[in-house]
Amino acid sequence: MLKYAIPGIMALTLATASQAGEVAPGDVEIVDGTIEASLTGEAGDPARGKAAFVGRKAGNCLACHLVTELLDEQQFHGEVGPPLDGVGEVYTAAELRAQVVNSKAANPYTIMPAFYRTSGLNRVPEKFAGTILTAQEVEDIVAYLQTLRDE
Amino acid sequence: MKKLITLAAVAGFMAVGGYAAAELRDSYAFVEPDAEDHPLDEIISGYEFRSIETQSLQADDFENPGYLLLDEGAELWETVDGSEGKSCASCHEDVEDGMAGVGSTYPKMVERDGKMVLTNIENQINHCRTENMGAEAWKYDKPEMLGMTILVRNVDRGEPVNVSIEGEAADHFAKGEEIYYERYGQLDMACSNCHEDYYGQYIRADHLSQGQTNGFPTYRFKWQGVGSLHRRFSGCMKNIRAEPFSKGGDEFLALELYLGYRGQGLPVETPSVRN
Repeated sequence: MLKYAIPGIMALTLATASQAGEVAPGDVEIVDGTIEASLTGEAGDPARGKAAFVGRKAGNCLACHLVTELLDEQQFHGEVGPPLDGVGEVYTAAELRAQVVNSKAANPYTIMPAFYRTSGLNRVPEKFAGTILTAQEVEDIVAYLQTLRDE
Repeated sequence: MKKLITLAAVAGFMAVGGYAAAELRDSYAFVEPDAEDHPLDEIISGYEFRSIETQSLQADDFENPGYLLLDEGAELWETVDGSEGKSCASCHEDVEDGMAGVGSTYPKMVERDGKMVLTNIENQINHCRTENMGAEAWKYDKPEMLGMTILVRNVDRGEPVNVSIEGEAADHFAKGEEIYYERYGQLDMACSNCHEDYYGQYIRADHLSQGQTNGFPTYRFKWQGVGSLHRRFSGCMKNIRAEPFSKGGDEFLALELYLGYRGQGLPVETPSVRN
């Protein structure tokens, strides 16, 4: 019993408690399609961001989006979302952050999941009760997106 | 050497199966909706979204793995089971005659204890087993249930799907429609997001279809076996990180009826072969 209880408690802690200084999912405010401040108060790391962007159990962003510079290392980019080549040039970090956190704020009909939100969801199993990405993963992915500058 | 043999087998297989697949393509995998307010402009079988190799496997009854279960179903059709000493054949006689018109029109409303209820083939099989044969109900997706469902639905293979959404079915239809457009799970997606808005496009390596139901139960490569429509629903819900509804339950039955209507006119393909 103890064997199962401890990981259970740890998972619960991870899913519900934010790190100190982190903005909780329910407290994020999107203003004019932007979130100005980092969710963690820290800058994102583009290298970690790339890993979270690609990871099928993290952002899994290639499921829907093409990134030309990743074609050599990752096969089969999706085509349901727009290609992300050059997004770092077209959008600010504040705009990209808002889009990753909750794209439905801008377009309620989008297929894109909200990666940092827990409210308003339907039939979510316990093991997925938290956000899809952590606050730091959002920041890291935003940092990676900002490196995509060639259209 | 092994590789060579495999390649030769595939080539030979394609040469034989390709013709049949082309025939199928020309004859019936696309239809135009009859009703003006139908949600789709074009109704396309999942068959069309699969590779020529997959299509060929379906088209060849000797290679199509679904036929192994159909054969099991045919044996069970004649097998006496339960306290009443009956087999399916005791009442329905020859399956080709007794079950004609079932595969293309289910799920449908039937009377049970003076009440009209929505039932699909699986639920009807179990009703027959428990009420008429005095036999144990079969579990969803066990080989017996899959084999019998395929046997029954295959009688109508090639017949156009023609479910009724009139009268007492209308409430179930409305419920199915609501479920189809409702977002579920951590990924917050509705059936419509993929299968209405983006069919024909790719999510990673997956070619999105319209999510049509005319080929179920189906042999699926991913499963390395045959599975029911409700198993597929369940898998879709798990993919979007949602708690699936129960197989054979009201929600999936309503969705099955609604999807039948979305595929109205498509030929029954059971047992189909899919990814």
